[in-house]
Amino acid sequence: YNSSLTKPPPAKYGGRHTVTLIPGDGIGPELLTHVRELFRFCCVPVDFEIVSIDSKSTSDDDMNNAITAIRRNGVALKGNIETNHNLPPSHISRNNILRTSLDLYANVIHCQTLPGVRTRHRDVDIIIIRENTEGEYSSLEHENVPGVVECLKIITRKKSLRIAEYAFNAARQNGRRRVTAVHKANIMKLGDGLFLQCCKEVAAGYPEITFDSMIVDNTTMQLVSKPQQFDVMVMPNLYGSVISNVCAGLVGGPGLVPGANYGKDYAVFETATRNTGKSIANKNIANPTATLLASCLMLDHLRLHGYASMIRKAILATVSETRLHTADLGGQGTTSEVVQSVMREIESKGPRTSEQI
Amino acid sequence: DFTKSWIIILQTVTLIPGDGIGPEISTAVMKIFEAAKAPIQWEERNVTAIKGPGGKWMIPTEAKDSMDKSKIGLKGPLKTPIAAGHPSMNLLLRKTFDLYANVRPCVSIEGYKTPYTDVDLVTIRENTEGEYSGIEHVIVDGVVQSIKLITEEASQRIAEYAFEYARNNQRASVTAVHKANIMRMSDGLFLRKCREVAENFKDIKFTEMYLDTVCLNMVQDPTQFDVLVMPNLYGDILSDLCAGLIGGLGVTPSGNIGANGVAIFESVHGTAPDIAGKDLANPTALLLSAVMMLRHMGLHGQAKKIETACFDTIRDKKVLTKDLGGNSKCSEFTGEICRRVQDME
Repeated sequence: YNSSLTKPPPAKYGGRHTVTLIPGDGIGPELLTHVRELFRFCCVPVDFEIVSIDSKSTSDDDMNNAITAIRRNGVALKGNIETNHNLPPSHISRNNILRTSLDLYANVIHCQTLPGVRTRHRDVDIIIIRENTEGEYSSLEHENVPGVVECLKIITRKKSLRIAEYAFNAARQNGRRRVTAVHKANIMKLGDGLFLQCCKEVAAGYPEITFDSMIVDNTTMQLVSKPQQFDVMVMPNLYGSVISNVCAGLVGGPGLVPGANYGKDYAVFETATRNTGKSIANKNIANPTATLLASCLMLDHLRLHGYASMIRKAILATVSETRLHTADLGGQGTTSEVVQSVMREIESKGPRTSEQI
Repeated sequence: DFTKSWIIILQTVTLIPGDGIGPEISTAVMKIFEAAKAPIQWEERNVTAIKGPGGKWMIPTEAKDSMDKSKIGLKGPLKTPIAAGHPSMNLLLRKTFDLYANVRPCVSIEGYKTPYTDVDLVTIRENTEGEYSGIEHVIVDGVVQSIKLITEEASQRIAEYAFEYARNNQRASVTAVHKANIMRMSDGLFLRKCREVAENFKDIKFTEMYLDTVCLNMVQDPTQFDVLVMPNLYGDILSDLCAGLIGGLGVTPSGNIGANGVAIFESVHGTAPDIAGKDLANPTALLLSAVMMLRHMGLHGQAKKIETACFDTIRDKKVLTKDLGGNSKCSEFTGEICRRVQDME
């Protein structure tokens, strides 16, 4: 997956990169530990700076340290941070703060049917580009009088143009032919109307790419009956959450799909559906595929393409082995078995010289 | 030798045929109900908006009076006016009768194959506020604010309806769908009211799930869901998603519950102007909504009879309309269902 809109940081000393690692809650810590294990095994020239933000840290200092670390390193790999509902509404989701502070405006998710994974729909290949910093996630709420709450959804011309530009640019760079804007402008005439208008304006600059639009409820209906009709989809924040989760479910579930959050200067990689997986944490049953593939996206971003494809090939070979499938795919495999298999797969390809990588 | 004389009490239902294919599918439903000897008396009314005294748009008085008296309505698709000057008719009906709950049971239809089987869930959507308050403004050029409104009153009302529906229809659990991790105050309030109402319905299992998790799980395994209750926008999206699972809007029933005991059942597909008047339409959605209506009225026997006849016809695959994969006419499909209903006597 190509993107020229975010610059990767230059390699530091001796060609090694430093990446911020945020383990988060639930299955995050164990899966990211596997990533480190795998990277050590493959001698990937990446050092991780671990920053612990989780649901237990309530002070702003922890958050600010994490943001500073990511600013310094330019790139991060993270697990999901759980939002504690027992805290007052002023306590905003840590994941959200990270995205808005670093202005990671594009959440990019590529959902593809994987060989060896049984799903109801075949030949799904959709790139979802979701506006990641405004819309319904603006965290602007107030209680006018007791029992009456307003929540503001903000749509701006600037950010709508920006995400549309990102979507069309990505479509062009990846040889994709069609971009569909998902909206509800028949009801939210001003807000989604503005978003749609911006998409149309940007589309005019990409005549080789077909642009169309679809109302979000119809989109979900189409996705569960004929998902093959979609190519690239662009949308505001909340619809992005719905569409990316539907698409991830269509291709095999939360354990398989990686996600990337790109800004102008920073990039943060995580699983596509951002689940904490509290109920399956520390049981060695979580599917590491999504997290491992996210780390490959990160390697591609750092221009370490050789390592990225080597690891990705091994992961895809492993996921096509039904006997290694974890519980979410209907199997009984363990997390460590999957990781071991990936390492064995890499090993079987023989030692690599620096020319090959 | 006794001569029994039965007094049949006919219930009046306000029928709004609607536009496009509306009239023909309404006729189909009336025919089937007649064949089933359902104790329903139809009162046809038109709801095209008129300007009332004071210049305010309203539905015609005859329609409103009929609904206020009968309390039960069956409605076909209404066309969305673009330059008519008046607001959407559906919106006007909603406001006139305070239709606060939109209920959509989604059940897999045996014989109408989709990639999903054994779907049996109900979406209950708050239909008066939330993201559809219609309150939007341009703050400065290029910055738009849309307001999502959540009130304690509306949240409580929909939660109460959901739990009562679950109890009255022998459903085991109610799941509140929300995004209170992001919309802490608004969805937080909605969730709080659901939790409070759940306390009074200990016989029903109550769970909470994030909207994105519901979407993720719904397309992988819809059988894990039972009754879902949620605010307006999520309800709009999820109810259509679930309709997609069972085959689309052409086969999905829908009911709107209002204050003061009013209930309007409707098909939620479009007016299909391209096939209107050609005897090609599929009346299933309106028929299943009418079945839902019978259940609401307590006429469970009649409801079951008509529903079975409809499902048997679809399963048999011999007489199907085009959208269901056959090439029969609407009248033929209707006739087949009538025949089956009569055979059941």
